[in-house]
Amino acid sequence: MEDKAIYTENLTKRFGNFTAVDQISFEVEKGEIFGFLGANGAGKTTAMRMLCGLSHPTSGKGNVAGFDIAREPEKVKQNIGYMSQKFSLYEDLKVWENLRLFGGIYGMKSKEIAVKTDEVLQELELERERETLVKSLPLGWKQKLSFSVSIFHEPKVVFLDEPTGGVDPVTRRQFWELIYQAAERGITVFVTTHYMDEAEYCNRVSIMVDGKIEALDTPKNLRQQFEVSTMDDVFQQLARRATRKAD
Amino acid sequence: MVALSANNLNKSYGTVQALTDLSLEVEKGEIYGIIGPDGAGKTTLFRILTTLLLADSGTATVDGLDVVKDYKQIRQIIGYMPGKFSLYQDLTVEENLTFFATVFHTTIEENYHLIEDIYKQIEPFKDRRAGKLSGGMKQKLALSCALIHKPTVLFLDEPTTGVDPVSRKEFWEMLMKLKTEGITIIVSTPYMDEATLCDRIALIQDGEFLKVDTPRNIVADYPDTLWAVQADQMHQLLRDLRDLPFIRRSFSFGETFHVTFDNDTTPGQLKDFLAAKSYTNIAIKEIEPTVEDCFMLLSRK
Amino acid sequence: MKQFRSFVRKEYYHIFRDKRTMLILLAMPIVQILLFGFAITTEVKDVKVAVFDPSKDASTQRIKERINTSEYFTIAEELTNIDQINDIFKYGKINLVIVFSENFAENLLHTGEAKVQLIADGTDPNQASTLTGYVSGILGSYQQELMEQYQVPFQIIPETRMLYNPQLKSAYNFVPGVMGLILMLICAMMTSIAIVREKETGTMEVLLSSPMKPIYIILAKAVPYFTLSIVNLITILLLSVFVLGVPVSGSLFWLAILSLLFVFVALALGLFISTLVNTQMAAMLASGMGLMMPIMLLSGMMFPIESMPPVLQWVSAIVPARWYIEAVKKIMIQGVELQYIAKELVIIGVMAISLIMLALSKFKTRLS
Repeated sequence: MEDKAIYTENLTKRFGNFTAVDQISFEVEKGEIFGFLGANGAGKTTAMRMLCGLSHPTSGKGNVAGFDIAREPEKVKQNIGYMSQKFSLYEDLKVWENLRLFGGIYGMKSKEIAVKTDEVLQELELERERETLVKSLPLGWKQKLSFSVSIFHEPKVVFLDEPTGGVDPVTRRQFWELIYQAAERGITVFVTTHYMDEAEYCNRVSIMVDGKIEALDTPKNLRQQFEVSTMDDVFQQLARRATRKAD
Repeated sequence: MVALSANNLNKSYGTVQALTDLSLEVEKGEIYGIIGPDGAGKTTLFRILTTLLLADSGTATVDGLDVVKDYKQIRQIIGYMPGKFSLYQDLTVEENLTFFATVFHTTIEENYHLIEDIYKQIEPFKDRRAGKLSGGMKQKLALSCALIHKPTVLFLDEPTTGVDPVSRKEFWEMLMKLKTEGITIIVSTPYMDEATLCDRIALIQDGEFLKVDTPRNIVADYPDTLWAVQADQMHQLLRDLRDLPFIRRSFSFGETFHVTFDNDTTPGQLKDFLAAKSYTNIAIKEIEPTVEDCFMLLSRK
Repeated sequence: MKQFRSFVRKEYYHIFRDKRTMLILLAMPIVQILLFGFAITTEVKDVKVAVFDPSKDASTQRIKERINTSEYFTIAEELTNIDQINDIFKYGKINLVIVFSENFAENLLHTGEAKVQLIADGTDPNQASTLTGYVSGILGSYQQELMEQYQVPFQIIPETRMLYNPQLKSAYNFVPGVMGLILMLICAMMTSIAIVREKETGTMEVLLSSPMKPIYIILAKAVPYFTLSIVNLITILLLSVFVLGVPVSGSLFWLAILSLLFVFVALALGLFISTLVNTQMAAMLASGMGLMMPIMLLSGMMFPIESMPPVLQWVSAIVPARWYIEAVKKIMIQGVELQYIAKELVIIGVMAISLIMLALSKFKTRLS
């Protein structure tokens, strides 16, 4: 099991008598792009919080990047990256200052940060924006930059929470190319999205319904299994079974 | 019959040009979609049309009333649901609805038939604070509140952003029903797949309309033949497609790549090329473009 | 009208459901009055004094006894060396040192004159002057007694001369101050925050795009805080009369009228602030720094206006609380007639009207 990027065994989180995450068990290989889908309120956010070491599981086991999420949450945090749609970058800092800040937070050395900063800016074709305040960047660039920030310290696993919400179609696709590049370097990508076409870009996809993982396979196999032509149809079929509506 | 019209609207915030020469005309009883990514100017446009902001130049009317001069009358007849959840989180579901009914000089009972289908779903929770509702339920409550006074024109600013596909579908089913009541609906969304549900759409980017038409016409105007390409090694395929000289554009779309060729290229040529590169399970077929394909073609990025 | 009522009801829901704010609003006046009345006081009680007495005769003994038995002082140390004085202040245990001259009784009885030096800790000038004043008073009464005894004029000359005021009660000063502070805080800060919150959460967008008249939105916001400040005003007055023993000597009616006018000023300021800022944080800072600080520092609540440099005196003239507090002092403590507070009433009235006009003209029917 130690060679998996993520594995869980009956991972459960209860709030009072409400079971937000109900005994989920799954594995994610190293370097895999793993899509984590589910309707609003299915328990995705709660599950993700536990995996990031931010919330203690009620029962069950979980291991991320080789560390136990309940016993070694600090080690987990050191070895993962996280990006959400809401909080990503400091708007009133310059591009390079953001990179330096996050490099510093993860304990990278100044020299290492400088080298990596050049690398990232070149890759994003943002060299000319090095001194620009993040708030004056277009949204699409911000999203790409904030993804680069989340993997700046070369984490073993990166968690992306709806990274492409509201982004224009062209940038959205460029974003996914960045994800592929990261995965090729061996970074495991754990991503949630409401765009069902993006589910197709994942190596494997899980769909959560009412706190349980109801389906987990490659997009192709899921489509075949449910005898439909798109991931959207798969999702609609599964998610409509949901009985609970609370977040 | 025109429900809403705008002529050459311009708006800037400091040095940032938010809207450039926008014009549109919405017929009564239409569902009109403003489709574009975040930051394109959708919210600014909505705020001008709902009399909340003044344009730098240009004119607009809602139901024949001027948005500047007759703003008071316009506020009587429109319903507006802003992008952010804009209800009182510390008031219960029912209190919110009652409050907005009174604000609009009406009562819940008077127009209950209009919101019945939607409100019924949240009524079991009517004593719950709005802040404690799930995303989908909040959205239903917000729509109920915007509808309670039977507006002539309903403005919905990104009602489905961040909402899962199932709730989005349900939401659009509700809009279709409202359309049959004769309410004109202007809706903005960053989700291109929702465009086909509108009667007419305006594709917007960087404060400018790329195109305004029915979704069908927009798709029909796509100049090239579009091919869906598929093979087993999808990621490798993307790079190879990009390097091929006879391929004009190539974008990933779910499980396939949408590809257009240079004039004299045939799909057979591509298939041969890919076969030579030892791709397996190659499938190439002609497809109808989606609104997203059109958006990407028109987009100058 | 139904719209308006419904809006006001909503405002009450907001206030009552926010238990923490509610508690602060109701408890704040009580806490402040009690704090200022009892804890933060300039009154003297059991202050530790040191004495240097080279004479050690009957007279100095008598004086020391008197000082020690008074409720104000306790003699904590007898110094043997005059050089100890500096150190003793550094340790901070002693607030006042009394130094008798040599041959005190002899001088007093033969020449009729004797000297006492009072050395106080000048870091707190207010307290220092109060302390020296109290000691001078005790010396004075001892002198009085001697005179009655011997029928000869004796004079003990303390080197600091202060007015003795055994009735000096700080609550008299602070009750009007706290009234000004609380009313301003509740009306201005809370009203501005309540309005700006609607901007922040986006509900203002919905309200503005509705037929609700903007003036209703404003007035409806003001009503609950107006009521709350009346409740607070009554609480403060009851506390000050029954707990602190500060009477309302003048007309309660004019006190009420004066307070109402001041509440209007505060509400208008709150509305005005809400038109300038877009976040609750900014509203809080603006009303905190822009309104609280001037009241604390410039209204005469803590520091007497007469002793300020002229520039600050002018500035203090535009602080509404200055006039309010001044007038409240006059009515409550001095119990003066209407004509003596007419000036303040007019000033506050003019301020109220012009600020309300300003706030209303600034309130926008659109978002920006």
